[in-house]
Amino acid sequence: MTPRVADALAAAYRLAVVTPYTVQPALMDALQVVLLILVAAGATVVALTRVPVRQTVALSAYGLLLAVLFLAFQAPDVTLSELVVGAVALPILLLLALTRVRRREK
Amino acid sequence: MSYLPFFVVAWILGVGLYGIVTSRHLVHQIICLIVVQSSTYVLILGVGYVTGAVAPYFYDIPVHTPAVDPVVQALALTDVVVEAAVTALLLAFAIQAHKRFGTLDPHELVQLKG
Amino acid sequence: MTPALRRWLFLLGIAGFLAFYLWGLTRLPGFGRYPGPYGFVINRIAVGQTNATGVVSAVNFEYRGFDTVGEEFILFAAATGVATVLRQLRDEQQGGPSRAAFGEAPSGTTDAIRLASLVFVGPVALFGWFLASHAQTDPSGGFQGGVVLATAFVLIYLAGQFLAFRRVSPADLVDSVGAVGAAGFAAIGLAAVVLGFAYLYNFLPLGTVPGAVSSSGTIALISFFVGIEVAAAFILIVGELVEQTLLVRAEGRNS
Repeated sequence: MTPRVADALAAAYRLAVVTPYTVQPALMDALQVVLLILVAAGATVVALTRVPVRQTVALSAYGLLLAVLFLAFQAPDVTLSELVVGAVALPILLLLALTRVRRREK
Repeated sequence: MSYLPFFVVAWILGVGLYGIVTSRHLVHQIICLIVVQSSTYVLILGVGYVTGAVAPYFYDIPVHTPAVDPVVQALALTDVVVEAAVTALLLAFAIQAHKRFGTLDPHELVQLKG
Repeated sequence: MTPALRRWLFLLGIAGFLAFYLWGLTRLPGFGRYPGPYGFVINRIAVGQTNATGVVSAVNFEYRGFDTVGEEFILFAAATGVATVLRQLRDEQQGGPSRAAFGEAPSGTTDAIRLASLVFVGPVALFGWFLASHAQTDPSGGFQGGVVLATAFVLIYLAGQFLAFRRVSPADLVDSVGAVGAAGFAAIGLAAVVLGFAYLYNFLPLGTVPGAVSSSGTIALISFFVGIEVAAAFILIVGELVEQTLLVRAEGRNS
């Protein structure tokens, strides 16, 4: 490894490791406020949709919104969980159960 | 601003409970229960947040960087996955109720006795 | 009691309840002003004590491991409950679904869906495995990784290959793998007891580099077992629900 490559790598390492929290706190606050209001609206939409199949789609979008809110709360692990469960696994389970129930009614 | 997340939590809880009480379909009630549970995730993550702090992962940042509370994140993380399995159990019961009584309306299910 | 009366009664009750709830919540220290010592203490000492850079997973599987055993068993019990209720429902039908219903795709599946699903099965399974094995380094962990891994199997079903889905996840194998995962977690704790430590004590070598895949002792091992248990639980649940829908389609054709 030549000295120039070593210097470049050391500079990159310093930039990656030593970079502090660079987002202005006011911006992060604004993002959190917007996301909180969107989540409240999303919850209202999900609870007030009466048809279960449409409510499942609304739940999927609500899960996505909730995941982004958790990311703004500095919780990436919970984001991953909520994304996979709320936007993927729960709608699958709900749609399968609704298919089972709906075919019976025919 | 410092109490907005708690107001949102109360709102989500209220809206979810309203959906459960005025529901005419068991699966609609189950989805409103999911909404009510999600309000608790927002609550505990809001309690553990530190202004100006990063996520508690020290893979590429120095160990003494101020970070948010990891304990509430651990609680919320397992909660989310376990909620899905419990919802599946509730759905299985709903399917069973539908097979047994032919309807998924909670008002009619209460009256079918004997 | 008419629905309108019920609605007004509920609104009255919820107004009172939320008044007390908000009164209690507004006496907390406020959003962003976290006072408590535990978060700061764990952030400071976790990397040094366990060689795991993912502090949330360290809390989940090490500092709070006993509670996580309980939560994992909630999941296991729920999956078992689903299997019990739906299998009994299935056996009550005459004989079970006809084989003719198995090879078909869910109605309305276009070629685009089938192709996209099949293309993504491999990457999603790999990503789920990556998540389950990197609990101690990144924002990953057994719980998320297990659900993503189960999603890969569900994609096989969505691609219209129910036979393939049943072949790669036969019910007995899925049950056994789930049980191995749940028992494995408890067994790791018991192994610590057998060696003379407390239950779920971290007795494996901690590794030298914090945040490597092989570091942090039992955390990585526990995450692996949790991953396969969660994946098996979700595959079991989805498999049972899918067989229910096939049952409906078969009896719809027979009647």
